[in-house]
Amino acid sequence: MSSVLDSHPKFTDNVVPPNLVPHFTFDSVDQVLKGLESVSYLADEQIATVVYLAGQLAKPILVEGPAGTGKTELAKAVAAFSSSRLIRLQCYEGLDESKALYEWNYRKQLLCIQAQETSQEGLAWSKLEADIFSSDFLLTRPLLDAISATDPVVLLIDEVDRVEMETEALFLEALSDWQVSVPELGTISANRIPFALLTSNATRELSEALKRRCLYLYLDYPSLEREREILRKKVEGIDDYLANQVAKMVRLIRSFDLKKLPSISETLDWARTLLLLGIGSLDLEGTKDTLHILLKYASDIDKVVKELDKLDTTDVGDL
Amino acid sequence: MIKLKWLEVSQLLEIISGFLSELRAWGLPISLTESIDVGLATMSIGLFDRQRLRYTLGACVVKSPAHRAVFDKVFDIWFSLPSSSDISLSAPDQLATTEQGSLHSGALGTGYSPEEFGEMLFEALLSGDDSLIRRLASDALNMYAGMETGRPVAGVYYFYRTLRNLNLDGVLAELMNTGFSEAKSYTNTLQKKLLQEDYRIEIEKLKKEIQDEITRRLVADRGAQALAASQRTPLPENLDFMNATSQELAQLRRILSVVARKIATRLARKRRSKKSGPLDFRSTIRHSMSYGGAPVVPRFHHRSVSKPEIFVLADVSGSVASFARFTLQLVYALNSQFSKVRAFAFIDGIDEVTEFFEKASDVAEAIRLVNTKADIVWVDGHSDYGHAFTVFQERWGKDISPKTTVLVLGDARSNYHTPQAWVLKEIQSKAKHLWWLNPEPRAYWRTGDSVIGEYETYCEKVFECRNLTQLENFAEHLE
Repeated sequence: MSSVLDSHPKFTDNVVPPNLVPHFTFDSVDQVLKGLESVSYLADEQIATVVYLAGQLAKPILVEGPAGTGKTELAKAVAAFSSSRLIRLQCYEGLDESKALYEWNYRKQLLCIQAQETSQEGLAWSKLEADIFSSDFLLTRPLLDAISATDPVVLLIDEVDRVEMETEALFLEALSDWQVSVPELGTISANRIPFALLTSNATRELSEALKRRCLYLYLDYPSLEREREILRKKVEGIDDYLANQVAKMVRLIRSFDLKKLPSISETLDWARTLLLLGIGSLDLEGTKDTLHILLKYASDIDKVVKELDKLDTTDVGDL
Repeated sequence: MIKLKWLEVSQLLEIISGFLSELRAWGLPISLTESIDVGLATMSIGLFDRQRLRYTLGACVVKSPAHRAVFDKVFDIWFSLPSSSDISLSAPDQLATTEQGSLHSGALGTGYSPEEFGEMLFEALLSGDDSLIRRLASDALNMYAGMETGRPVAGVYYFYRTLRNLNLDGVLAELMNTGFSEAKSYTNTLQKKLLQEDYRIEIEKLKKEIQDEITRRLVADRGAQALAASQRTPLPENLDFMNATSQELAQLRRILSVVARKIATRLARKRRSKKSGPLDFRSTIRHSMSYGGAPVVPRFHHRSVSKPEIFVLADVSGSVASFARFTLQLVYALNSQFSKVRAFAFIDGIDEVTEFFEKASDVAEAIRLVNTKADIVWVDGHSDYGHAFTVFQERWGKDISPKTTVLVLGDARSNYHTPQAWVLKEIQSKAKHLWWLNPEPRAYWRTGDSVIGEYETYCEKVFECRNLTQLENFAEHLE
């Protein structure tokens, strides 16, 4: 058994990838805008422009921004409207190549060796090695999956800031040359470049090398107009009047200095709650009673309640 | 991809490369790969839609949200639209009339009186008519800014002169009154607040338009390159704490909260990935089962590392107050990474202010409490490091244990009082670490009344800490 572990990897020469083309590109920014809207993702000009460019330049997009601004959703929406398969790699601390790229199926290899030992005596080592290091024993993980795919795919590497700096290097070869080296098998290159999207919550600075390989998109909280549109589209039964007020109220709350600002999904939840409670027009009491839907820290809620109480005592008209 | 003629391509590349080198001059790190991306991306998007061009260039070269503001500023200068008014800059002789500063000089370029103009502006803001606001911003400059050709200025003065004449606070109040009486639906206080917020944002838009128009005219006057060069400012992370304007400080505070989160993650990770302990026999055997009993993957126990205790001694006198505020904000944002944080503020007296930070909802509030409630002035309210240290040693010196990390924040300008450096020697002998953060440039140390030299002997290290980058680098040591 030890001989299996000691076997020297055979390196094949790195093949320079042929002139690769992406799985799909878009005709224009407007097409992207409409396409994303058709799968109920309301993009703004910036998002659409960057998505269009990512197709044109065949480069991955690095999407950064606060939690709950639709980073992961964007990948899903692109996959949906380009009718391609979404391959998702969720990053976490301790992610390594056996979870991101590929892994040899050791258990199956051991079984295979044992089976062969019992069936035929004195099997040639070279034959055995060729057998157990074939693609039958290779477990493909998301990155390799995306690269070897023949159908159109969207690769989502989610929360890339969670892996250690060293692990980032794993992505570099895959994302710039679109190939993965498996020492025992050689280099596996992509036929077509997948549309790749990396998201990050900015809990640490990503390496320069990774940033350089990507187009950068900062997804901030939506503008008033966009948030209003999102509310209209996603909350059933909301009228323009309430959508407008909810969006304005959330904009006001986001201007405070809080631990966690309300995200889009929290805004949607809040609007739905208001509808359920039959609050058709915002007032102080109704807002204060439902703040816990919008804010997730007790200290944040206290702070906003305090701000709102201030309004009650001063006559705003005289400000 | 849009087909371009060779000539167009070369012109385009020239504009782009000029833009990129200007960005580099402002300090943005732009690699060769990225500039190639810019070229390819611009060719596929074209120069016809300014907003899309902005997003295109931004996606290729701005890889950190903190750099976005700088990028936008340079973009506005480099790809400035033609000025929206036909009237060119007022000639110097006209300026003489404007200089007298009375509102009556207003009719110069536009043909209406200040009263009429105010009326129009009011209507535009009330209805939120963007294109009208843009035109009026341009008119306002004609009337009030008194711009003069050929002067190498950044335009800040024009901006404030115009704003002063427009009296926007008054306009806001008036908007509110009219808004309430017109819109019957705005009945309760919350609705009123929302409406007020609307108007405030309209007025912000107007200010932005005025600023943009000034930029356009200055570009028309002197060319983008010269203007960009005269407006160069350091990137936020390299901004000097001691010289930053209040606006810049507000921006820094926002960035700091992001930076703090990054440092916290890094510290937590470091602590976790500390050398693992001895072999975990049970777990190793358990995991060997799926390999037929061969211990292929050895498992180890994790060794827990205790969190440090932090004492911060901060000089909060006027000259270094903003620096102290930043560092305290950072330390408190990292609160969860330490077992205990105690803060002491001093000027010539010293007082423990830990409870202010624990009670207050945010650092700004805590600082306010420190300044009003803490007993930090002993004689005259001029820094006296020696006295502050002596009192610290008397009252809290015994609390320092081998787990304690002591941070001293200050410029060590002690107004020629006795430094009493022996206190630091005492502290150093007991504490785990003793570090000093000095917000002054290294070149000024040991000049004048700075006694940092005497203190330095007993500190493990004195860090020059003038900007966010240096503060962030220092924070690496806090483990």
